[in-house]
Amino acid sequence: MDHKQPTSSEVPPSQTVTFGDTGAGANGQTVSHDGLKLECGEILKPFTIAYETYGQLNANKSNAILICHALTGDQYAASTHPVTGKPGWWEIMIGPGKPIDTDKYFIICCNVIGGCMGSTGPASINRETGQAYGLDFPVITIGDMVKAQVYLIDHLGIETLFSVIGGSMGGMQVLEWASRYSDRVFSAIPIATAARHSSQNIAFHEVGRQAVMADPDWLGGRYYEQDKNPRKGLAVARMAAHITYLSDEALHQKFGRNLQEREHISFGFDADFQVESYLRHQGFRFVDRFDANSYLYITRAMDYFDLFSENDGLLAKAFLDTKTRFCVVSFTSDWLFPTRESRQIVHALTANAANVSFVEIETARGHDAFLLDEPEFFSAINGFLTAAAKQKGLS
Amino acid sequence: MNAHTYSIDGHRQDHLIIQSMIKPNTHVLDIGCGDGALLELLRETKNIDGRGIEISQKNVNQSVAKGLSVIQGDADKDLSNYPDNSFDYAILSLTIQATKNPRTVLEQLLRISNHAIVSFPNFGHWPIRWQILAYGRMPVTDKLPEQWYNTPNIHFCTIKDFTTLCKTIDARVEKSIAIQNSGKTLNENTPLFLKNLLGREAIFMLEKK
Repeated sequence: MDHKQPTSSEVPPSQTVTFGDTGAGANGQTVSHDGLKLECGEILKPFTIAYETYGQLNANKSNAILICHALTGDQYAASTHPVTGKPGWWEIMIGPGKPIDTDKYFIICCNVIGGCMGSTGPASINRETGQAYGLDFPVITIGDMVKAQVYLIDHLGIETLFSVIGGSMGGMQVLEWASRYSDRVFSAIPIATAARHSSQNIAFHEVGRQAVMADPDWLGGRYYEQDKNPRKGLAVARMAAHITYLSDEALHQKFGRNLQEREHISFGFDADFQVESYLRHQGFRFVDRFDANSYLYITRAMDYFDLFSENDGLLAKAFLDTKTRFCVVSFTSDWLFPTRESRQIVHALTANAANVSFVEIETARGHDAFLLDEPEFFSAINGFLTAAAKQKGLS
Repeated sequence: MNAHTYSIDGHRQDHLIIQSMIKPNTHVLDIGCGDGALLELLRETKNIDGRGIEISQKNVNQSVAKGLSVIQGDADKDLSNYPDNSFDYAILSLTIQATKNPRTVLEQLLRISNHAIVSFPNFGHWPIRWQILAYGRMPVTDKLPEQWYNTPNIHFCTIKDFTTLCKTIDARVEKSIAIQNSGKTLNENTPLFLKNLLGREAIFMLEKK
């Protein structure tokens, strides 16, 4: 795959804030801090969060929206990606006059802890060894990611977020915010997500991780120093995962059994079918912008997410007497985070007589539908946010 | 279910009667809220904190796009999720006849709200009685246009039947209003047998005894 990688001068780097920095060398802002106390018991210090913002924060700092990205997303939600040169992953949703309107709201999107686009992750330098963390990086959870976001929001001087919005793993973060920091969340939009990662989803993640670790270039996670990269393993992981983001119908509509630039099957193992060629392309494109160890860590964080068990099996307890307004969204053909899992969230919220809306969008595009042009989805988000803004006195 | 009355200034007549029963700044749950018209009316005129449950996903999505808090759900299944006394009013408008277990639904309404408001088409209305008597067939009217085999209305009752059920489940009738074919409401003190004969539709407000 040949990719034109823009030089760093073409796309300005994200803003960063480093917490608990003791030494020199951090590029962005630095803040003194005790470090991030992780659920595994370790303390991550210092830690950096890279983030992008869009729109203007109003005088009383009441119009901030936090966008939480999915497993392989990053902070470039509505601006050009510095590695791929492609538009932001949610530019269709965020912008002037769009449902998440940058003329009205101040939008923050940060790279999760464990990520590889500027926030501290396994590819970051461990100050103790002077080398990349690799597998010495502590195992992180969705709760840890959100805790780091809380520190960022504190740093920005924002008391209450007007809304927290995210799909898939981003939706898990939304639920975590709404559960643990409910008084700081005026409204929440968990999209195509679940309050716990299902057994089937853990299984898919395990396939991906095993593919990475089976690559001889993975080197037990120490590939950075050897100037190697488990590209094949990570590409296979991405290929397997990508299937789960689509649907049988979407694949059938897009590719059917069409052959790739050939008249007949080749009686070999080239990419005869368009669907094979497409998946290979997706896999190889992905490794250019993603760190294999980050993939291991972030998938693990999703696997560990379980708001049920954290609340003695009663999800309703996660949202006890919540004042947050919710809009839960699912998609009919999403088999990775099916509607019934969104419905569990809705039931837990109604058990608290919470202010909740729930829309299920009819689409054949599977889990990835939340990233695509789905007019009914957009008008639901727009309607919900507009009503919430009115309630909050923003418009 | 297709049993709508005429509109006055674009509002359904039963909605306007329900509106008159509801105090401002209250918590309201509308079960079977359709396109959200009643919730919108109450939001605009009574500043209520409203929620809706609606079985049609299409209607739900349209309501949410209008900024209403609505979830997809079913009166038979989903009311049990709500805690006791979570609303000032729970409204079931022209829906009870389409539920599987009207008695359970009614008991749930009384559990989750302080006042249950229920409207239903009255099967004791004289034109309906006449159709059975004169033609010996299940009644079909312009308000209830479905045939017996395709109607979603599986539990019809008369005003008298409903009053009896209220007694059975220990609900106190705070108000009972019968709407005539002309659209006029009968005086509240009209004897029950006359309401049952002349009312095309009834709206009850109930509370727990």
